Amino acid sequence: MKALDTWERILIALIVLVYLGFGLGIEGFFTPYALADTTYNFSEKALIALAMALLVIGGEIDLSIAATMALASMAMGFAMQAGAGTGTMVLAALATGAACGALNGWLVTRWKLPAIVVTIGTLSLYRGLAQVVLGDQAITGYPETLVTWGNGYLGDLLDMPWLIVPIEFVVMLVAALLVGLYLHATVHGRRIYAIGANPVTARFSGIAVDRYRLGLFVFAGIMAALAAVLLTGRIGSTRPNLAMGWELDAVTIVILGGVSIQGGRGSVVGTLLAAVLLGSFTFAMGMLNVTGIVVSMVVGGLLIVAMVLPQYLRRLASRFQKPPAAGSA
Amino acid sequence: MSLSSHFHTRRREWLLAAIIVLIVLAVGWRAPVFLSWRNVLDIGNDSAILVILVMGQMLVLLTRGVDLSVASNLALTGMLCALAARAWPGMPLPALLLMACVVGALLGAVNGWLIMRFSLPPIVVTLGTLSAYRGATFVASGGAWISDHEIHPLIKGLPREDWLGLPALIWFALGVLLVSAYLLRWRREGRELYAYGGNPHAALYAGIPVRQRLVMAYTFSGLLAGLAGLLWVGRYSIAFTELASGYELTVIAACVIGGVSIGGGVGTIAGALLGVLFIGVINGALPVIQVSPFWQQAIAGAVILISVVLNARADRTQGRQILETPQGAQA
Repeated sequence: MKALDTWERILIALIVLVYLGFGLGIEGFFTPYALADTTYNFSEKALIALAMALLVIGGEIDLSIAATMALASMAMGFAMQAGAGTGTMVLAALATGAACGALNGWLVTRWKLPAIVVTIGTLSLYRGLAQVVLGDQAITGYPETLVTWGNGYLGDLLDMPWLIVPIEFVVMLVAALLVGLYLHATVHGRRIYAIGANPVTARFSGIAVDRYRLGLFVFAGIMAALAAVLLTGRIGSTRPNLAMGWELDAVTIVILGGVSIQGGRGSVVGTLLAAVLLGSFTFAMGMLNVTGIVVSMVVGGLLIVAMVLPQYLRRLASRFQKPPAAGSA
Repeated sequence: MSLSSHFHTRRREWLLAAIIVLIVLAVGWRAPVFLSWRNVLDIGNDSAILVILVMGQMLVLLTRGVDLSVASNLALTGMLCALAARAWPGMPLPALLLMACVVGALLGAVNGWLIMRFSLPPIVVTLGTLSAYRGATFVASGGAWISDHEIHPLIKGLPREDWLGLPALIWFALGVLLVSAYLLRWRREGRELYAYGGNPHAALYAGIPVRQRLVMAYTFSGLLAGLAGLLWVGRYSIAFTELASGYELTVIAACVIGGVSIGGGVGTIAGALLGVLFIGVINGALPVIQVSPFWQQAIAGAVILISVVLNARADRTQGRQILETPQGAQA
């Protein structure tokens, strides 16, 4: 398949535009540290957006993904308070994420329920559990290793101080590479497209549809946990409102990345580019002291334009290619 | 219809009603204050705005759509009304009510138009307008809060009004309920919504003006969100950007608990009302039996999951993919 479709090219052009426009317009934007800082804005979100992209391509959705992050972060906090080492803490987070995802997947596959209803329910449930357990408390005092993973640069880790690449960014790139290979270069990836395009046909052609669905939900839980580990390390505390509302950001990234909400279409490259575009745009607006809510308004508008525009172009193109069919708009 | 067959077709509603009565009695037994008229009115008042929003959302859900922008619409309309009343203190109450309904309906119509004109999935369009309307609220107010003393006395007074012994909010909810029931049971436009949700293609071939009905559903949902905005601002006598943030999920939850299918075409007014009552009773009961309010959200989540699983067992039909576009709209 083509690595870069029109949509990805548009995204790249927009990213270049954002970096050039703000880089020339804002003093101090083109310093290595500021550039590195822009990546913090999207690294964790890109992780959950990658999992969300797989789900949406497969015709599902997971709105509980941010609430899962809160629970995973909480599990990590409790593991720490129980005296566990860093490795065990991360394992606890990943296990919690996987369990949350498995519950979603079980409800969707076993009871044939629409994913959106199930995950609105589990969103409430997971977020609610975090609130019940933590109340208005926060867990703090995370070990140095985690803080480094969240805030540090790859150069510090490898003893090469000139390498100012945030560790989070590297984790995101590696994850994107793996997910991209899985989706675009293995038979499993092709099957996910098939399931998203038409689950019934996919089942009749011998694909274990429910097994893939369950797997995708578990994967989303694990990615949420990974994002939670990084985020918790970066901000250094666990609160019940951790990553509040990120599920909508992740869906926005996925749609803006050219993934079809009806399933069966989309790419990892597009998702990644959309995450970079949104993250750098938000960061630059932040440097210009534009309030977050205004930025999110612009993003909401972009989301709609991103969907209307291709349709409009397609309509224009078809008008030039063939006479319009009688009776249709 | 005989009573027994009525029981059979409406089993879900009766079951839910029985559960609500059981909870009320159990909580009332532990804390008699829960059964006092005062407390009943409190729960009614708290549920009234939710009823208004749920009626609009239900219409949209019937068409296999979803309106995620209701809470943002509520905030924007509420803010605009509060600002207008501050700028022109001479505005009479009917003008304010009219303004809330018109602004809300316009915002809803934008959703409907985008979905219909470009055949876009409702979930994505309303996700976009969720952010857009919320941001517009910030822009309109400049990020400032409109606090108690700046809210027009008419807006503040409205939810505190008592008519015939019942709070005005409950009258509003009853009015909206009656209009919705009339629309869905006796008007052809309402029946057509069920037909469209049940099978969009068949509805199109049967000559139902599918596009108008879609726009109507979203416009109605927006109108009610606008009305709810004015009432919300009056009841809590404050308007700010984060007003009712995240409330859209509660609205959808009430619908789902009440048996309105997210797959379209299924749902009754009575069921939706019971869904609202259920949430109202739970929220009212928790403080009374001294359970931390932190439990509210977790319980709501568990109830949603249990009720959809029960629904799935009752119907035995496959859960439809709700991410489909409204297909009749493409033709």
